[in-house]
Amino acid sequence: MSLIGLVRLIRRTGRVAEAAPPLPEGSLGRPASLAGSVQVRHVDAGSCNGCEVEIAAAFGPVYDAERYGARLVASPRHADLVLVTGVVTRNMAQPLRRTVEATPRPRMVIAVGDCARNCGVFAGAYGVAGAVGDVVDVDLEVPGCPPEPDAIVRALRQVTGR
Amino acid sequence: MTLVLGGLLAQLALTCVAVAAAVFVVPKRRALVAGAAVVGIAMAGAVTGVFALSGGHGSLTVPMTLPLGPVVLAPDRLGGFFMVVAGLVGAVATLYGIGYVRGPAASRTSWSAMALFLLALQMVPAAADAVSFLLCWELMAVASTVLLLADHARRAPVRSAALWYAAMTHFSFVMLLLGFAVLAAAGDGTGFAAMARVPADSGAASVAFVLLIVGFASKAGIVPLHVWLPRAHPEAPSHVSAVMSAAMVKMGVYGALLVSIRLLPGGPAWWGLLLIALGAVSALYGILQASVATDLKRMLAYSTSENIGLMYLALGAGLLLRSYGVTEPADSAIAACLLLVVGHAAFKTTLFLGAGSILHATGERDLDRLGGLGARMPVTSAAFGIGALGAAALPITSGFVAEWALLQSLIHAPATQDRLVAVVMPVAVAVVALTAGLALMAFVKAYGIAFLARPRGEGAAAAHESGLGMRVAMGISASTVVVLGLAPGPVARAAAAAADLSGVGAVGWWGIDLFGIDALLDPVALTVLAVALAVPVVLVSARLARRQPRRRVDLTWGCGGVRLSPRMQYTATSYAEPLSRVFDDALRPERDVLVTHAGESRYLVERVQFQQNVGDIVETTAYRPGIRWMDRVGVLARHLQNGSIHRYLAYAFVALLAVLVVVSL
Amino acid sequence: MNIGAAILATVQVTAMVILSPILVGLMRQVRARMEGRVGAGVLQPWRDLRKLFAKESLQAQGTSWVMSLGPVVLVASSALVCVLVPLVGTVTFPLIPDDLFVMVSVLLIGTVALALIGLDSGSAFGGMGSSRHMTIAALVEPTVLVAVYALSIPVGSSSLSLIVDARLLDPASVASPVSLLALVALFIAVVAETGRMPVDNPSTHLELTMIHEAMVLESSGRDLAWLELGSWMRLGALLGLVGSLLVPWGIAGDVTPLTLLVGLLMLIVKLAVLGSALAAGEVFLAKLRLFRVPELLAGSFVLAFLAVTASYFVVQG
Repeated sequence: MSLIGLVRLIRRTGRVAEAAPPLPEGSLGRPASLAGSVQVRHVDAGSCNGCEVEIAAAFGPVYDAERYGARLVASPRHADLVLVTGVVTRNMAQPLRRTVEATPRPRMVIAVGDCARNCGVFAGAYGVAGAVGDVVDVDLEVPGCPPEPDAIVRALRQVTGR
Repeated sequence: MTLVLGGLLAQLALTCVAVAAAVFVVPKRRALVAGAAVVGIAMAGAVTGVFALSGGHGSLTVPMTLPLGPVVLAPDRLGGFFMVVAGLVGAVATLYGIGYVRGPAASRTSWSAMALFLLALQMVPAAADAVSFLLCWELMAVASTVLLLADHARRAPVRSAALWYAAMTHFSFVMLLLGFAVLAAAGDGTGFAAMARVPADSGAASVAFVLLIVGFASKAGIVPLHVWLPRAHPEAPSHVSAVMSAAMVKMGVYGALLVSIRLLPGGPAWWGLLLIALGAVSALYGILQASVATDLKRMLAYSTSENIGLMYLALGAGLLLRSYGVTEPADSAIAACLLLVVGHAAFKTTLFLGAGSILHATGERDLDRLGGLGARMPVTSAAFGIGALGAAALPITSGFVAEWALLQSLIHAPATQDRLVAVVMPVAVAVVALTAGLALMAFVKAYGIAFLARPRGEGAAAAHESGLGMRVAMGISASTVVVLGLAPGPVARAAAAAADLSGVGAVGWWGIDLFGIDALLDPVALTVLAVALAVPVVLVSARLARRQPRRRVDLTWGCGGVRLSPRMQYTATSYAEPLSRVFDDALRPERDVLVTHAGESRYLVERVQFQQNVGDIVETTAYRPGIRWMDRVGVLARHLQNGSIHRYLAYAFVALLAVLVVVSL
Repeated sequence: MNIGAAILATVQVTAMVILSPILVGLMRQVRARMEGRVGAGVLQPWRDLRKLFAKESLQAQGTSWVMSLGPVVLVASSALVCVLVPLVGTVTFPLIPDDLFVMVSVLLIGTVALALIGLDSGSAFGGMGSSRHMTIAALVEPTVLVAVYALSIPVGSSSLSLIVDARLLDPASVASPVSLLALVALFIAVVAETGRMPVDNPSTHLELTMIHEAMVLESSGRDLAWLELGSWMRLGALLGLVGSLLVPWGIAGDVTPLTLLVGLLMLIVKLAVLGSALAAGEVFLAKLRLFRVPELLAGSFVLAFLAVTASYFVVQG
């Protein structure tokens, strides 16, 4: 698309992000230093990518999780929060542990989706090592298969407080 | 008996002592005694140089048995400047060598040769006429060849390197001989004073200039006459490499200065252009090869070639501007050349001594197999780091001041007067800038791969720090790099005295002031400001550290993988890969992929081997065909020399007939 | 002279320390708004920094003092660049002229610190980022030096403050073709040196496409905070340099409260405009393949070279 075409598209589209829903109540004992700014490292421990699609939507233009101070980062060394999706497969158990250990403190772990919470539909499968809670300490869970972007954003807002 | 004469006599006396010590002292004490005497020679030379630089006069005539006339040594200020440089480099390198030498490098021959080498290095700048100059030059070449051959019995590359070196150095000798012969014929005498009377715009002067510059360029390591440098410097023992790279090639620069300032001043513009062209090509080619080199000493050798190129560029710019009559920028350019000489001597010595330390401790010269030496060899790491900073021309080192001076003189050249200068100066600035950038990358690579992260091989993992003598020598040369960077004023004043330059001096706390072109630099003030800005950062960091101390963890983040071996780290080859792709045409790396299939299968692969070799394209495109051609000529000539007595008698008969015919005409 | 210069230096460094994260926040906001999002607000980078300073720093086995000292060196060098570049005023210390080569060398100290941090991390990513970063730095240096050289020819000095002063006195020189060519070349060089699109994507997660990010993947806590702040200050200082050269009006010629205030306000405006333009440009550009970047840099070098030769002939004619 040409430059003029792009400019016109931007002008036509305007703002895509929906209005922010009211702030969820109840702090969950999050560290005070994480208020207003949370860097998120996403780990796919063995998911079907359904949750990933929802997370991508959560950080996309419509839900725009960045406005609450959350940002996806590439390295756990830069992160405060490890967002884990999927049931933990045998091969991903140790990498998941290493990722969480590589995150500097204060840190939190959020398990997104039913598979991460309690193995979901994959409970008892031969390649499964367990739920995320069986491998690392989990601070917050987001139920759903897959959870709506709204729910993911609410969980992030509970950490940032914005 | 003047001070200079005293110094010269002291050098000769100490040489005799050193050779006697080398021959007669028992092997256990030989290094210490002979080494101390050799350090004495070098220091005496440096002191003599200081006297000569401050205006002292003195002349020593050594009678020779050869029917060529005596060797006359009468250093002037410029000679004194180079004597100081060569002397200090020799002293530090020999101090290092006392603790470093083992095996053939510690033999009687090697120590005697070292004494003669350092003596010759002092006599070349002190020579007052062409004959003495050439004799001392030849002594320098022979002594260095002997030193280079120290390890020849064990390693074949040493023999090949010595052959190339000997051939190229004698080529330079022949060129110098021809050049001086032309000048002597035109000037009616072999003394430099007589040659200085030859007018610079005559044809004889131009022919002599070209011949002499070719000879000096070959010794200095200017492309395309540099092919011996990357072969000889890596194969010599490290302290010898340091002297060769930091002092001996400077004699090539001394020669160029001698010709263009003392013997034939006031030459035409194309002389300056020739030097600029040679310098620019050398600088770029040298640093390009250094950036992709993985052999540590080969990289340092090419870096020498690059720095010599910058010195020739500076000198050429000075000559070009002088021919247009603008003296201030010209003098600043020549001052920059001399600053580069001093600066390069300091950091190159440091780098080669550090490389020697690495070789001594790990047995490796290949950067791809080093790593993690910073934790195992802290003193070497610090010294090499400072040397690398200097080579990359970063503040506050001697290299930075020299490159600053060079750029200032190029930028301030008033180009409004002539189109030629208007095109040449921007090109020169661009060349210097690109060279500086590539040098930065080359030395970050060298320091980072060798000293940081984890060892890539067993030799590196088993490394230990060097002995006391070696550490002291490295410490002295590293401190020199920093001191010269912080206090360039005295050096600038010495340079102004050496080449009789106007518009160059000192300012403030030892800062350098090129007042002819309105440019000044006070590194101490800059450092004070930098420290003042860094203090708040350090204080905040320290306070944060007390609240949240640093925590040690086992693994580097590598995507949580199970295998995080040191082999996954970047190597020197991979570090330079983007650059070698960008400059593919200039480097022409040879890449080979060897695939071994499993059994009879075409699809199952047992082993894949990748090999990359970056050769010197000047050698492959110019020298090898030349050598093959000479070989063919030699083979053809054997038809003439076929062993038959009858044919030889026939040759003699025909020759006799021809002579009789010619005589009777 | 010294007191005035010291005051100006303090003002410049403090302003850049405070403004650089806000500049980056503004750039992210502009991108967000153009993409239809709301964005996190211009103060988000400051919130990120505050949080990072409160986090612990990790040091892996096999890494050395470079990981802890490197970030401090980067910030100190960036602060020194902020003093040397005429951002708010052109008053310099008598013994520290803000010469072009000195400024570039100090900038390169920061570059080297980053590269060594990348190598020290001991991972393949760090080495890769370091290698690419140094290759680009090597290829950018000729453009930067030659572009400012072109601007220095009419003035006869390579001191940045003298160049800006001369452009203040002669407004016509700001709009001359030589000046525009040189500034375009300088702008491309700044984009390459600070790792913005199209040379590097600062918000990428794909390690194989990273240049700057790859070098800092191993740093955490206050190390990362210093690295981010140092990089943002470099961006701010270089954009400020381009702004001062492009629009010299408002820069303080002497140190009085009024001139400093005007200079500061003008700096804020210039940074805002240039930053927004850069961010808007990033929305339309895709990142260049790494091996196309040398072509871009060669193109900018040709522009700078043209500027130099043209300026010689313009002055001569």
